[in-house]
Amino acid sequence: MSATLVADGVLVLLLLGLALRATAAADAFAAVVAFVAFGLLLALAWMRLHAGDVALTEAAIGSGVTGAVLVAAAMRLPPTLPHIPPEADPEAAFPKAMPGGAARPEVMPGWAARPKVILGEAAIRLAALLLSGLVTACLAGLVLWTTGPSHSQAATALRHLPELGLYNAVTGVLMAYRGFDTLMEKIVLLLALVGVWSLARDTVWGGRPFPAAIPAQGGAVTLIARLLPPIGIVVAVYLLWVSAEEPGGAFQGGAILAAMWLLVLLAGLRQAPLLGSRLVRWTVAVGPAIFLAAGFAGFAFPAGFLSYPPGVAKAMIILIEFPLLLSIAVILGLLVTGPAERRP
Amino acid sequence: MSSLTLFGLCAAGLIGIGLYGALVDPQPLRKILALNLFGAGTFLMFGVVSRRGADAGLGGDPVPQAMVITGIVVAFAATALAVALLLRIFQATGDTVLEPTGTGEE
Amino acid sequence: MTALPAALATAVLVTAGVVFFVAGTVGLLRFPDAMTRLHALSKADNLGLGLIVLGLLPQAASVSGALKLLAIWLLTQVAGATVTQVMARAIWRGASPPGASPSHASSSEAPRS
Repeated sequence: MSATLVADGVLVLLLLGLALRATAAADAFAAVVAFVAFGLLLALAWMRLHAGDVALTEAAIGSGVTGAVLVAAAMRLPPTLPHIPPEADPEAAFPKAMPGGAARPEVMPGWAARPKVILGEAAIRLAALLLSGLVTACLAGLVLWTTGPSHSQAATALRHLPELGLYNAVTGVLMAYRGFDTLMEKIVLLLALVGVWSLARDTVWGGRPFPAAIPAQGGAVTLIARLLPPIGIVVAVYLLWVSAEEPGGAFQGGAILAAMWLLVLLAGLRQAPLLGSRLVRWTVAVGPAIFLAAGFAGFAFPAGFLSYPPGVAKAMIILIEFPLLLSIAVILGLLVTGPAERRP
Repeated sequence: MSSLTLFGLCAAGLIGIGLYGALVDPQPLRKILALNLFGAGTFLMFGVVSRRGADAGLGGDPVPQAMVITGIVVAFAATALAVALLLRIFQATGDTVLEPTGTGEE
Repeated sequence: MTALPAALATAVLVTAGVVFFVAGTVGLLRFPDAMTRLHALSKADNLGLGLIVLGLLPQAASVSGALKLLAIWLLTQVAGATVTQVMARAIWRGASPPGASPSHASSSEAPRS
C-alpha cells in the first residue's frame, strides 16, 4: 500500500514540476514541450483515478492535439523571454547566432520598449502570487477537510445501461444520460472551427491552410506516413467500437484519425484541402447534423429530445457515432492546420 | 495521507500555478498554456471527486468523468481558437504583447 | 494468482527493462550533444520497453491482450525510430528545432539569459 503511495507521490511531484516548467521556462517552445509531457503524465494520473476514458481523452486531446496546436504556434511566433532587464540591449538578449534563429521571425520591436512599463510589475506579481496561493490553500484545505465518500450518481447512471446495450458507464452518460452536453460539445467544436476559418484574410478565403505547399519529405517521414495510417484507422474504429464496453469513444478515435491525416499532410504526401470545398464543409457538418437529427427524432417518443427508443438504442448510438468519428477527425485536423493562408 | 488526497492536493497546486501564470505572464501564448494548466487542475479535482464517488461496482462516478471528457474537448476548442487569433494578430501587427505597442517611442 | 515462474520472469524482465530506461535517461541528461543523446534515448525506447513488454506478457489476461502489448511495442519502435531519424537529420542540416536550443545547444553555445 505504501509503495503505491510513494509512486503516486512521485507522479504528483513530476506533474507539479512540469507544470512549473511550463509556466517558468524562458523559451516558449520548451514550455510547450513541458506541457505535452505534463499531459501524458496526467493521463497516467487519470488511470490511477480509475478513469480510463478520461486518460485516453487527456492523452489524445489534452496532450496530443492541443500540443500540436501549441507547438505550431511556438514555432511561428518570435522567441520569448519572461523578463528583460531594463538596460538590456535587445540585440544582446537575442544574438543573431541563436540556434533556431534563422527559422523564426526577428524579435519584434515591442520588446525593447517593455522595460518602461515594468514599474508596477513587482506589485502585480506579488498580488497574483497571493491570490493564486490563497486559491490553492483553500482548495487544499477542502481536499484535506472532506475525506469521506462523495455523493455519487454511479447507480443512477448504471440503471439504464442495459436498455442502451452499453456496458461502459461513461459512454452511457455521454450518449444518453447527458447526451445534450455531448451534442453541444460538437457544436462548440464546429463554432471554434468557424471562428478559426474566419480569421483568414479576405484574399485567401476558402483557400488552403499553411503559407506554402509542403514538399514531399522522403525518407523516414514518408515511410511512417504510409505505414501508420492503415493501422491508425483500425485503432480508431476499434476505440469507437469498444467504447460500448471499455474505455474509448468517438473523440479518442477521432483524435487518432486526425493524427494520421496530419502525418500524411506533414509528410507532403497530400496537400491540405481547400477549406471552401463542399466535401470539407459536408464532412465537418455530417456528424453533428445526424446527432441533432437523432435528437429531434426523440420527439416521436414520450421521453422527448435525445431519447432513444428501447430496442434500437444501440443501433442508433452506432449510427450517430460513426459519422461523428469522421467529422471529429476532420474538425480536429482542421483546427490544427488553422485558417486558410493560400489562394484557392 | 491517501493517494487520493495526494491527487487532490496536486489539483489544488495545478490550479494555483495555472492561475499565477495566466495573471502574470505577458505573453499570450504562455497565458493560453497557463489556462490549460488551470483547466487540467480543475479536471483533476473532478477526478478526485469522481473517485470518492466510487459506487455500484464502478471505480468512480461516471458523471463527473463524462463531464471532464467534454471539458477537455471544449478546452481544446478554446485553445485552438485563441492560438489562431494570436497568430493572426501577430501576422497583422508583428507584435504579440497585449500592451499598446510603441510605448518606447513616445 | 499467476504461477511462480511467470511472476519471477516478470520481475526479472521488468527490472532489466527499468535498468535500460534509467541508463537511457542518465545518457539523455549527461551526454554532451544531441546525436549522442538520441543514441542514449533509443536504447531506452527499444530495449527498455521491449523487456518490459516481454516481462508483462506472462501477466496478460488473454491472447488478444498479449498481442496488444506487442503491438504497442512495435508501434513505439516505428515511431521512435522515425522521430530519431527526423531529429538527427534536422541536427545534421543545422536547422535545429527551436525547442532543442535550450537542451542541446547549451553545451556548445553561449547559454541564453
